[in-house]
Amino acid sequence: MNQWLLLGVNSITLGGLLFLLSAGFSLIFGLMRIPNLTHGSFFMLGAYIGVSFLGLGLGFWAAALLAAAAMAVIGGGIERLLLRRLAGQELAQVLVTLGLSFMIADLCLMIWGGDPISLDTPAGLSGAVPIASIVFPAYRLAIVVIAVVIAVALWLMLERTRLGAMIRAGVDDAPMARVVGIRVSRLFTLIFCLGAGIAGFAGVMGGPILSVYPGLDADMLPLALIIVILGGTGSLLGALLGSIVVGFLYNFGQVLFPEIAYIILFLPMLLILLFRPQGLFGRHAP
Amino acid sequence: MSALAIKDLGKSFGGLRVTAGVTLALEAGERRLIIGPNGAGKTTLFNLITGELKPDDGAIALFGRDITALPTRARPHLGLARTYQIITLFAQETLLHNVTLSLLGLSPLRWSPFRRLDRQAVLIERARAALASVGLEALAGRPLAQTSYGERRRVEIAMALVQQPKVLLLDEPFAGLSVDERKDVRRLLASIPRDVTMLMIEHDMDVALELADRITLMHFGQIVVEGSRAEVVAHPRTREVYFGS
Amino acid sequence: MIRAAAAAVALCALAAAPLWIPGGYYLNILSQILIYAIFALGLNLLVGYAGLVSLGHAGLFGVACYAVAWLVAAGAGQLVAALGALAVLLATTAAFAVLSLRSAGIGFLMITLAIGQILWGMAYRWIDLTGGDNGINLAARPQPFGISLAFATPFYYFTLIVFLVALASVAVFIASPLGASLKGTRDQPRRMSALGYNVWLIRFLAFLFSGLWSGVAGLLFCYYNQFVSPNVLSLGSSAEALLMVISGGSGTLLGPIAGAALVVVMKNVASAYIERWNFLLGAIFVAIVLFMPEGLVPGSARLGRRLWLRLRGVPAAGGAR
Repeated sequence: MNQWLLLGVNSITLGGLLFLLSAGFSLIFGLMRIPNLTHGSFFMLGAYIGVSFLGLGLGFWAAALLAAAAMAVIGGGIERLLLRRLAGQELAQVLVTLGLSFMIADLCLMIWGGDPISLDTPAGLSGAVPIASIVFPAYRLAIVVIAVVIAVALWLMLERTRLGAMIRAGVDDAPMARVVGIRVSRLFTLIFCLGAGIAGFAGVMGGPILSVYPGLDADMLPLALIIVILGGTGSLLGALLGSIVVGFLYNFGQVLFPEIAYIILFLPMLLILLFRPQGLFGRHAP
Repeated sequence: MSALAIKDLGKSFGGLRVTAGVTLALEAGERRLIIGPNGAGKTTLFNLITGELKPDDGAIALFGRDITALPTRARPHLGLARTYQIITLFAQETLLHNVTLSLLGLSPLRWSPFRRLDRQAVLIERARAALASVGLEALAGRPLAQTSYGERRRVEIAMALVQQPKVLLLDEPFAGLSVDERKDVRRLLASIPRDVTMLMIEHDMDVALELADRITLMHFGQIVVEGSRAEVVAHPRTREVYFGS
Repeated sequence: MIRAAAAAVALCALAAAPLWIPGGYYLNILSQILIYAIFALGLNLLVGYAGLVSLGHAGLFGVACYAVAWLVAAGAGQLVAALGALAVLLATTAAFAVLSLRSAGIGFLMITLAIGQILWGMAYRWIDLTGGDNGINLAARPQPFGISLAFATPFYYFTLIVFLVALASVAVFIASPLGASLKGTRDQPRRMSALGYNVWLIRFLAFLFSGLWSGVAGLLFCYYNQFVSPNVLSLGSSAEALLMVISGGSGTLLGPIAGAALVVVMKNVASAYIERWNFLLGAIFVAIVLFMPEGLVPGSARLGRRLWLRLRGVPAAGGAR
């Protein structure tokens, strides 16, 4: 009983991390109509940068925030310097993000080496919290809380601010948004900064659980892909639900069907593709 | 039996009703002109007839056969061809290749992965003849991208004619043409055999009226008036639609 | 006339390769180039002629690879194993095609990427079937008509024959009515339906044909290495194949072959001097997409022409002696 409950908590924790990964992926997809294949790399590079900041003696959360800031700059730079040159050529943009993902992966290997690096759980959260009669690991609860806070903040930003309204308009109909005077290209840079920043932050935050290793990017990217196909592009709610579904499938699959867990992960995606190609909450088919 | 019979055809985009209760019957060999202001639903009607849009309700029959549920690709094989208002041709290919592709679409040969297309003399000669019939024989080997707008319009018509359709839909065949080009296209359309049924959308009344037997006026997705040229011109609703009242 | 002569010269050079290439190491590299050229020819049918960019083709390459190794390990004869592998390949390709052809453009790319990852995941995690990370060894190369392929030279000729068959079949297909139809669906899919073509079925057939040659290349690759591991199916492998196609010039008959040669040579040279092949792969990818989207061969020709015109058009200071 306790084991299943723990598995459930782990699933929600992973779901929270995946939401931070896929929210940006989904918004980029919704706005620019491209799957950003460097998104897994943003997650991994953020984690590695966090490792270096920790090595400088910074605290965990300071390292995570600085890594997020660094990733925001890198993400925005990629959009400004490379993708913008290919405006309107979606296929070329996807291929550039693919090429970049290989470069980043190799660069990380060069700088941080091939051995997995496990981050220490931040001080004060290494213990356990008893709720009712059950004992929960404090750090995992913290991840869930932070993910929820960021989700609410993103939601408020999208629904309540002028910027959010512009992003929503761009997701719904980019040419129309352009006509009514929204500078869509500036939104692109912004959304890349935001997506990369949150992904990098999630990378550091996931460090104590997943650790950081070469190939982390390739492990995370397909998950983001599944989530967005499940939830639909440009939909925060879709990304949230998709993340939790994938979180549960991943953890329970590993325990119940370890050999084919990876395939189980993709099954709901295939079903969605066959019967509802625009995703559960999506506005357009990809 | 009508060549083309449309019954109670309706189509909405979201909440916008673009076609509502359109009923239309064309006798074999008839030349019908559809007129109406922009947004009247004329091109939508064409897209419904060819199957590029699926109707919400109503039925379409070609020579008595119900084709409402038939996929777009099956309809040319039953003798339905169309031209487009917005030209969608194969820009990198030569004029001859464009017309050959149209011809090939109806030939079982299109499934062959072994034979050489450029050795299919019968097919290519027919395509060349179709180009000659629209006066473009001399340009057969030129890539489409290097031709003028008027020439492309004529390629559109050649691609439709080469399929030897029984029912031909023409979407604004005179749009964007110079005075001389208009004369050429009018002569071309007049030379189409009388047994071909034609449905034409056109804004240029002067040229279109000469070709049409009957006229249908559409407004807000509905048929308002139908009749001979004199009847439609004299009808009070026509003035209403075009000039307001 | 010139083209026929060039083709004859190239054919003679390939046929006589064991005579002018020093040593088995280089001949093996040439065999590798031919194997990847077959792969790229297959992928180009989709990328270049159907306009459908697949990022999961290494999955098809790998399925054939695994199937033949598994069947031989299970005790099947070489011929049965090869035919069985092709059957498995075609079934997988058909399922792959049905799923991914629900979409075109970016959607197609995403679905192929996802399916490619599923196949990779199976190879990597379904240890009972695939041996996981350890992969599967192939005990011996086949002996068609009793000829041993154990050494570099006979294996090279075997590969060369398969390559020539692949090249001829693709060339015939491209010039055929079905090939012209396929190109039509790439440029104007909606118009093609209105002209009476079954766009889905044309794409499906092209996908099968593409999968067939990708898988045959996988088969040869398995014979060549006598070993298969999950790495063969990775996204990196799919990307490498795509790089071969677009670097050489997608939608041209010979471009993918040039691309395969380029990538294989670079990979071998790079691995001799630097460790960072993946960085180079990514950098070339980005550079080609940014600066030479039409491919290295036509792209270099364009840049060369421009340079030549500039040199001739603007008399350089040193030119007026």
